[in-house]
Amino acid sequence: MKQQELEKAKEYKYGFTTDVESIRAPKGLNEDVIKFISNIKKEPKWMLEWRLKAYKRLKNLKEPNWQKPKYPKINYQDLYYYSAPKSASDKPKSLSEVDPKLIETYKKLGIPLQEQKKLSGIAVDAVFDSVSVATTFKDELTKKGIIFCPISEAIRNHPDLVKKYLGSVIPITDHYFATLNSAVFTDGSFVYIPEGVRCPMELSTYFRINASETGQFERTLIIADKGSYVSYLEGCTAPMRDENQLHAANVELVALDDAEIKYSTVQNWYPGDKDGKGGIYNFVTKRGACRGKNSKISWTQVETGSAITWKYPSCILQGDNSVGEFYSIAITNNHQKADTGTKMIHLGKNTKSKIISKGISAGFADNTYRGLVRIGSKASNARNYTQCDSLLMGNKCGAHTIPYIENKNSSANIEHEATTSKISEEQLFYCNQRGLNQEEAVSLIVNGFCKEVLQQLPMEFAVEAQKLVGISLEGSVG
Amino acid sequence: MLDINNLSASIENKKILKNFNLKIKPGEIHAIMGPNGSGKSTLANVLSGRKGYEIDGKISYEGEDLLKIPIEERAQKGVFLAFQYPIEIPGVNTNNFLKTSLNAIRKFKGLKELDSLDFLKLVKEKSKNLKIEEKILSRQLNVGFSGGEKKKNEILQMTILEPKLVILDETDSGLDIDALRIVSEGVNSLRNEKRSFLIITHYQRLLDYIKPDFVHVLVNGKIVKTGCSDLAQELEKDGYEGVTAAR
Repeated sequence: MKQQELEKAKEYKYGFTTDVESIRAPKGLNEDVIKFISNIKKEPKWMLEWRLKAYKRLKNLKEPNWQKPKYPKINYQDLYYYSAPKSASDKPKSLSEVDPKLIETYKKLGIPLQEQKKLSGIAVDAVFDSVSVATTFKDELTKKGIIFCPISEAIRNHPDLVKKYLGSVIPITDHYFATLNSAVFTDGSFVYIPEGVRCPMELSTYFRINASETGQFERTLIIADKGSYVSYLEGCTAPMRDENQLHAANVELVALDDAEIKYSTVQNWYPGDKDGKGGIYNFVTKRGACRGKNSKISWTQVETGSAITWKYPSCILQGDNSVGEFYSIAITNNHQKADTGTKMIHLGKNTKSKIISKGISAGFADNTYRGLVRIGSKASNARNYTQCDSLLMGNKCGAHTIPYIENKNSSANIEHEATTSKISEEQLFYCNQRGLNQEEAVSLIVNGFCKEVLQQLPMEFAVEAQKLVGISLEGSVG
Repeated sequence: MLDINNLSASIENKKILKNFNLKIKPGEIHAIMGPNGSGKSTLANVLSGRKGYEIDGKISYEGEDLLKIPIEERAQKGVFLAFQYPIEIPGVNTNNFLKTSLNAIRKFKGLKELDSLDFLKLVKEKSKNLKIEEKILSRQLNVGFSGGEKKKNEILQMTILEPKLVILDETDSGLDIDALRIVSEGVNSLRNEKRSFLIITHYQRLLDYIKPDFVHVLVNGKIVKTGCSDLAQELEKDGYEGVTAAR
């Protein structure tokens, strides 16, 4: 490798490209492309109609532009909406049929897919560009009645569940990117936990963008039936490219009576280079409905990648006594930008929400927390606690906190706390004097700052996330 | 061990240390006493490498040019500063900090890093000897610690990291008698023929417990008088003015 490439690889170790022959839809966004996607996925007719309805709606929508980070206009006709390795076009039936090149790719990313080496206690669905290439532990889960499969498979095999819940949290008319996703979504994960079942392992999807000039539009739908529990984790990486790539996912969660969903994200899309060239536009719609009484949805996100992160994982607290939680770490370095937060919509009685947001900015980055807490008129005794902490490193970055509170019920109890701080010279000196170098010191201090959120992650990933926090900020203190 | 030669240090164009000279041999305990603003803390800062000073002169530490060694490497090579005001780091567990620090130093020395179990065993033993309650170790580093707890924590770090040159920057200030005794016992237990101490203090009190080999009086950035431990008692009796005037 050339010196320059070596240095780049040090900055972002997931930046390699896998050389596979792929099948692509023709460039551009039109009905034919949507039909192409639906056809190649062997979808039933109702699904195609659903997509076309979304597409029709899309034509009347405009991209939102109220966000803080601005970006150059995206030419939607100049993108590929479907790209899949040729070898995966017929979904392999078992791991032994999966292209070794793809298995190798995931191995390099630290996600072993072979059964004998599979991560203990974690079932993985591996999504490569527009298709799911492998799902582990499927049999074990099936025994408990749990469905964990690519959404394209669920559409064919479990149409009743998909019809009932798809778009029930994020309607196809929602907003530009969500509607775009509804029209062209390619793959993602589907999870159904039957009544009373506690999912015995972590479920995890690993998203990988590989092809160039391709948008990734995945769709995830998780349904926790009455009294069930599931913990789900997604990870994301992409090659280093000078172009910006669009990732516009939709994630819908539904928790019925007494059910609990814990959704964790470790997002490490390529953030662009030091000068802000390239990187992923991560424009994602994530929303969970606590539809049943006593249900709970908890979002935890560690956002370290992407050129622009723009997302608000939200909870609609419909059921009485339901609980929504949002724990977030958003790290922006160099020229990265983030506008992220959550929405907690209290509709049921005695609903509770908790928001803990930790924003860290370094270099020339700009980091915004934007959040909405809305208490409906029928949501008696609703409670919210919000804590937004920002940490600045250097004096060329920015941190902003924009909380919106809408309250229509006088019995509500809403608390908001916000702090902005800097890593002090004193703290660094203290760590240095105890033998830690600058990078170790920053990593230690920042991990301390993020502790409340890191604690929410499943054990297996907390250690990885801690390392990632350190790596993302390397070179940020001179 | 340490040879300070013609050291001058200024901060924001104000000269604090002026042609300061001091030699410390292995195993020696030196006490530096002096009134407020005489340059005591500046000396500790310059030795440990704190930024912001303009420095002239030479400091040799075990034959190396100390001023050219980065802060963390000084620590790895055995220079330890017990802070006058230990720093709070929210969210960082005290035990974890100490373990990270110990392992950074062990790694530098080419020793195997301690795993959590071995580390906890070590910390348990050391804190028991120093009569430090273990529960402070599971709290966030220095956050919400009382003045005494912070200082005891510094001493615990010292006993675990086993440095070669210990600089105590007014570790005794703000301590009650019991805490003072704990701090002194910590220092005395580490005392050996290879390890040296530089104790910076306002009061003679600490020196009742730790008997120094030399006492230096620092006034206006210069050592104006050097004596044995009796000098500390004289200072207590006559004050800095009395002692320096009698020169």
